[in-house]
Order: sequence, then C-alpha cells, then structure tokens
Amino acid sequence: MKDKIAEKLLLFIALSAIISLMLITFFIFQQGIPLIFKAGLGNFLSLKWAPTRGGFGILSMVVGSLMVTAGALAVGIPFGLAAAIFLAEFSSKAIQKTLKPIIELLAGIPSVVYGFIGIVILVPFIRETFGGPGFSVLAASIILGIMILPTIVSISYDALLAVPNTYREGSYAVGATKWQTVVLLLLPAARSGIVAGIILGMGRAIGETMAVIMIAGNALKIPGSILDSVRTLTSTIALELGYAAGDHRGALFACGSILFLIIIVLNIIAIRITSRK
Amino acid sequence: MTFRIGPRTSQIIFYVILLTMTAIVVIVLFFIIFYVLRNGVDQLTLEFLSDKTREMGKEGGILPSILGTLFITVVATVIATPLGVGSAVYLVEYTRAGPIRRIISFGADCLAGVPSIIFGLFGFIFFVISMNLGWSILSGGLTLAVMILPTIIRTSEEAIKSVPHTYREISYSLGGGKLDTILRVVIPTALPGILTGVILGIGRAVGETAAVIFTAGSSLGLPTSIFSSTRTLAVHFYILAREGISMPKAYGTAAVLIIIILAINFIAYRLMHRFIARYY
Amino acid sequence: MNCAPNKGGVIIAGSTSVQPFIEKVAEHFMEKYPDITINVQGGGSTAGVQATMNGTCDIGTSSRNLKPTERGLKVILIALDGIAVIVHRSSPVGDLSVERIRRIFSGHQKEWNESGIAGNVIIPVTREEGSGTRASFEEMIMGDEAISDACLVQDSNGAVREIIATTPQGVGYISVGLVDEREKAVAIEGIKPTLANLITEKYRFARPFLLLLREEPTGNVKKFIDYVLSEEGQEILAGSGLIPANKVAAD
Repeated sequence: MKDKIAEKLLLFIALSAIISLMLITFFIFQQGIPLIFKAGLGNFLSLKWAPTRGGFGILSMVVGSLMVTAGALAVGIPFGLAAAIFLAEFSSKAIQKTLKPIIELLAGIPSVVYGFIGIVILVPFIRETFGGPGFSVLAASIILGIMILPTIVSISYDALLAVPNTYREGSYAVGATKWQTVVLLLLPAARSGIVAGIILGMGRAIGETMAVIMIAGNALKIPGSILDSVRTLTSTIALELGYAAGDHRGALFACGSILFLIIIVLNIIAIRITSRK
Repeated sequence: MTFRIGPRTSQIIFYVILLTMTAIVVIVLFFIIFYVLRNGVDQLTLEFLSDKTREMGKEGGILPSILGTLFITVVATVIATPLGVGSAVYLVEYTRAGPIRRIISFGADCLAGVPSIIFGLFGFIFFVISMNLGWSILSGGLTLAVMILPTIIRTSEEAIKSVPHTYREISYSLGGGKLDTILRVVIPTALPGILTGVILGIGRAVGETAAVIFTAGSSLGLPTSIFSSTRTLAVHFYILAREGISMPKAYGTAAVLIIIILAINFIAYRLMHRFIARYY
Repeated sequence: MNCAPNKGGVIIAGSTSVQPFIEKVAEHFMEKYPDITINVQGGGSTAGVQATMNGTCDIGTSSRNLKPTERGLKVILIALDGIAVIVHRSSPVGDLSVERIRRIFSGHQKEWNESGIAGNVIIPVTREEGSGTRASFEEMIMGDEAISDACLVQDSNGAVREIIATTPQGVGYISVGLVDEREKAVAIEGIKPTLANLITEKYRFARPFLLLLREEPTGNVKKFIDYVLSEEGQEILAGSGLIPANKVAAD
C-alpha cells in the first residue's frame, strides 16, 4: 500500500521536467505567436525591426544568430575535436584524469565572465589590429567558440572512448599508424557521438545571451564582414525586454518562440543520434 | 592517399598539432581564471564582502548581492532537489524501457538544452506576471529551479544506476519493501553522486545571469524577505562591467564569483571521484 | 499569491536613466530613516508606467512625458535632465551642429571630417528600441530622420558611455549628469551642456524626470516623495548634474 502511494507520487514528481517543458512551450508561444499573425508573415520575416512603430521584422536577427553560431562552430569544432582526440587517444590515464575535469570547468565559468574578457581584451585587440568597432561577429565567434568547447570535447571524448579496442588493435595489426587509425577508423566510428556534441554546442552558441550582448555591438544591420557589429535573436530579447510593452513585448516573445523552436529541433536531432546507439 | 612524407613524420606532425591545440584550450582556460583573479584579489577585503553597495556599485561592497545569490540559490535548490532526485528514483527503480520512461527522459534532455534567456522569458511571464510574484527572490529561485532540474535528474540517475543490484537484493531478502529499500539502501549509497548533481546545479544557478535578471530584478537593497527583489553577484558584475561603473569593483565581484564556482566544481569533482572509487 | 510590498518598504521601478539618481537620493533617505527600505528597480520608462498602473511598484519613474494612452497617473516632475552628445576623450571633435548629428545617426555621414581620429570612420552608438532616452533623442534631434540600423545598440546610459570611453571613433548620447572624465560632451550649435546653460535653457536638449503614482501618496511613499522634493533632496539631484525641479519652477 505504502509502496503504491510512493510509486504514484514519484511518477508525478518524475513528470516535473516534461511538465516544465510544456509550460515553457505554452507560455512562450502564447505570448509570441499571436503577434506573428497580427503583424503578418511578410512583416515578421522582413528586415525592418522597429517594434514601437509597427516594424516586426526579425530577419536580420535570425541571420545574425546563424552567423555568430557558424563562427563559434568554426572555432569550437577544430579545437574541441583536437582536444578530445588528444585526450582519448594520445594521453595517459593520469593526463586524462587531470585534463578532462579542467576542460569541463570551462563550462562552469559564468557567461558574463566570458563577455567581460571579450570586452577588456578581445574587442580592443580586434579594433586596434583589424579596424572596425571591435564589437563584431569575430569577437562573438571567438568567445562563443570557447564557450562551446567543453560540450564538444566532453561528448566527443566519451564517443571516442566508447569505440571498442578491437578496432585499434586490428588497425595496428595491418600496419596503420596511430593517426591513420584515428582519422580513418576511430573518427568515423565515433561519428554519431561527435555530431551530437557539435549539435549541442550549436544549441549553446545560438542560445547564449549575455556574453553576446556584451561583445557583439548589437547593430541591427546584417553584417557585411566579420569585423562588423551583429545583432542576434537572444540579444534583442535581453536588450529590449525591460522596456517592452504591448506588441513590442509580443514581438520579443515571438523572437523567443523562433529561438525555442530552433533549439528544440536541435535537441531532438541530438537525442535521436545518441539514442540510436 | 598520396602523402610524400613518411608515416613516422606525419605521425609526429599530427601529434604536435593536437598537442598545440589542446594546450591552447587549457591555456585559455587558465588565462581567464588567472586574469580575473589577479585583477580582483586586491579588492577582496572583509569590508568589500560585508558592506552595503553604494552609488550603484561605485562605492561600498557586495553584501546585498552575496545574500541575494545565496537566497535565490537556496530557493532553487530546495525546490529542484526533491523533484530531481524523485525523478531519478522513478526512472531507475520504477520504469523499464517504454513510453513513460522515454517521455520523462526526453523532458529532462530537452530542458537541459533550453537556453537561459528562454528560462528568463518564461519566468518573467509565468512567475513575475501571471503568478504575480513580482521581481523577487522567489520568482528568480523558481525559474532557476526549473533550469537546474535536468542537471540534478541526470546526475542522480547515474548515481542510483550505479548502486550494485546485490544491495537491493540483500535488502529485499531481509524483508524490506521497495520504498524502504530505496530510502534506506539505494539513496544513502548513491548520496555522494546525488550531491554531486545538486552541487553542479548550484554552480549553474550561481553563475546564471539572463534567467535571473528578468525574474529577480536588479535592486541593490538588502533582501528582507523572499518577495524582495535582488541583484545576484553575476547580475551585479554584468552591470558593473558593462556600464563601466567601477572596474576595480567589477574585478572584485568577478573574483568572488570565480572563487565560488571553482570551489563548487572542486567539491563536486572530489565527491564524484570518491563515489566512483568506491563502486567501480 | 499577492505580492503585497513588505511593510515599511517602498518599491520604485522604471526608467534606467532615472535609476542612478533616485538610487542616490534613496541612499541618503535611508540614512535618515533607517527603518524605511527603498527598493529601486530598472526596467525602463514603459515598464515604470505599467508597474505603476498595475501596482507592482509604489512609485514609477519615467524619463519621457507620458503618451496619451498612458493617462490617469499622477505625475511629479523631480528634475530636468540634459542629453549630452559624447565623444572619446581624445577626439578633436568639440562642436556639432544638429544637422550633422542627424546625418551621423541616420547613417548619411560615415566618416569624421576632423583629422586625427584613427581609421576616420564614425562609430555611432544608440540606445535600444523602447528606451526613453532614445525617444527623447529622436524627438529633439533626429526629427523625421530614422536612426540607422548600422549604429551599435546598448541598453543603458552606462553601457553607451563605456563604449565611447574606450572607442576613439565613437559618438553617442547619454544623460548630462552621467558624463565623466573618460569621455567628453560636445557643444551643440556652439552651446555646451553645462548646468548654467541648461537652467537658462540656452542648451535646449533636456527631458523631464518624472515620478508616477496611481493615487495620492500616503505613509512612507509620501515621506520619500516629500524628501525628493525637499531642499535636501533637490540638492542631491543638482549635485549629480540634473536641473532640480525647484530651479525649473522658479524660472
């Protein structure tokens, strides 16, 4: 009897995560979707963002988010994969045990600290070396690239370790060198895990807010080069939410809805890939 | 492939590239921590930690933000821990592969990937406005509770899974019911692992900005109740740094934040390590 | 659940431009009346109006006049705030015409005429959509011209100031009271935004700082408002670079 009640109670508790997810979905969409209909798709997908005067176009922000995310991946994937391969295949147990938690520590550093490092070091450096305002796609890409490293390293590392040792032994037996084994055998074998890590890193980059606001400059214009300032969906929400009322607030929730949709799709892809194993 | 260089040379080149890139990653990490600490440590006086904030943060200390962070984190942890551990217990002890298990897992995995600004939007519209809790420690804490829930579920799940089956069988053979077994055997054994999850959740809550700035506000006053608005350390640091109010105070606040995060991660790591050493 | 403000506390919310000034007055007030807590929030002028209307705060603040749709609140002018156009400390630019400011922020002029600015490009920094400061700037200076999408966007006076202070090519606009030694305010049409010029209205670019109330103030709320309007409170505002309301009224 006691066990039956406990089971029901625990089931209820266990549904808390999915219920939270449903509540979030409901409230974000309920606040955002009506505005999309009210403004009309043409307006919503246009370039003109002036929400206090009826312009609800989010196109430049969507492009901005994609540019910054692509930049982050360009930085994060090579370094993340290199570190994961080095740790998994070229390091002793002792080095693995020290370095992996240290790299995972990167994930614990608050995003505002990354943004701050961006402001005091990276932005002035870019401005003085390459010109432009410094607050730029480049600055945001580098900082976000660093921020997604732990996700990519840790998941790729686990995926590499999960490749059975017989693969390695077989490869060496036919005379392949270690790097040939890694490139030709282990990376393809660990592919699904690595892709999942990259997709989750992508989700992190596209959703990051505070660090991006601090270093991207937030100009609405679609950047013409990586040295130009850029505005993302997330930074628009955070910049304007405090002031927004009525349709303006609705428009920010509409931005949130689009962001949320992108994230959910990325999550589902990542979950699918990892659970296929 | 038509490489002219011999296999040994290419092996060395490959190794050097990997080593260099890994070294860059580690150096960047150490640089960030070192840079913040070096510039902030001078600020860390007892007065800075125990004084009220004055002139928007230009003068005085960070006591209100320390208390605000503490209270919000406590609220978040107190709410998220039972929900997270309960979910994990249910997942491991009561379900087999099937739709319910898939739904619960999907919820946790998806929630883990939701960006903090979305939690901020949700907390703002749900707790602050719909439930009329205002910008408050309670609204901020509830929002963060939802945010750290998946961390606690996933870590606790792993911990509970790793409790050897023989433990449960012994408990059953001694006449223990399922609930007794969970409460007296499974949870105590998995406790270090569960605590690791809770501590990692705390770490996430302490460092969070986007989700709390729209739910707990940015008031600099000393919090007097759970309905007080407050400015957490991360938010205070964000405002100090972004608005150039005071660089020394910004570095000081960042140093406090980094030290807390390092300590939390270190404790979590030690706990996990001990736990793993015991059962693997 | 009801978010009844805790006894003895006064919650103020609204304009981020008013926030630092009212925060300062509140600090002095709380030293005088230690048992009354004043809680000052940002959020923005629009949020201030809304929070006052729905009772989320006791006092709202606004850095712009209320719109016709926002009537029904009791409005108290506490000070006027000049809007200064600022450039980097090292910039040779000392005087700008309204026409030129308009051309810069609308994106028609992209390079400085003055020599000695690295790279010569202009990096204009504006406030975000919805900001009271931006609305006042648009109304007083931009006229019919729209602010260009190419401008950098920041969400507070402080954040704009911080970029200008560190960017030699930058130009932005903030509250006169917040200009510090790391950047400089330019003269507009030959007139510097000094306190004297603001009081005599020679410098025309100023906007009101307002407190908003839903009903006649009582208790601690009244005590605080009386303090803001008192000799002492107005002195503090004047000391922070604002034109206190009692000076405006005297003219």
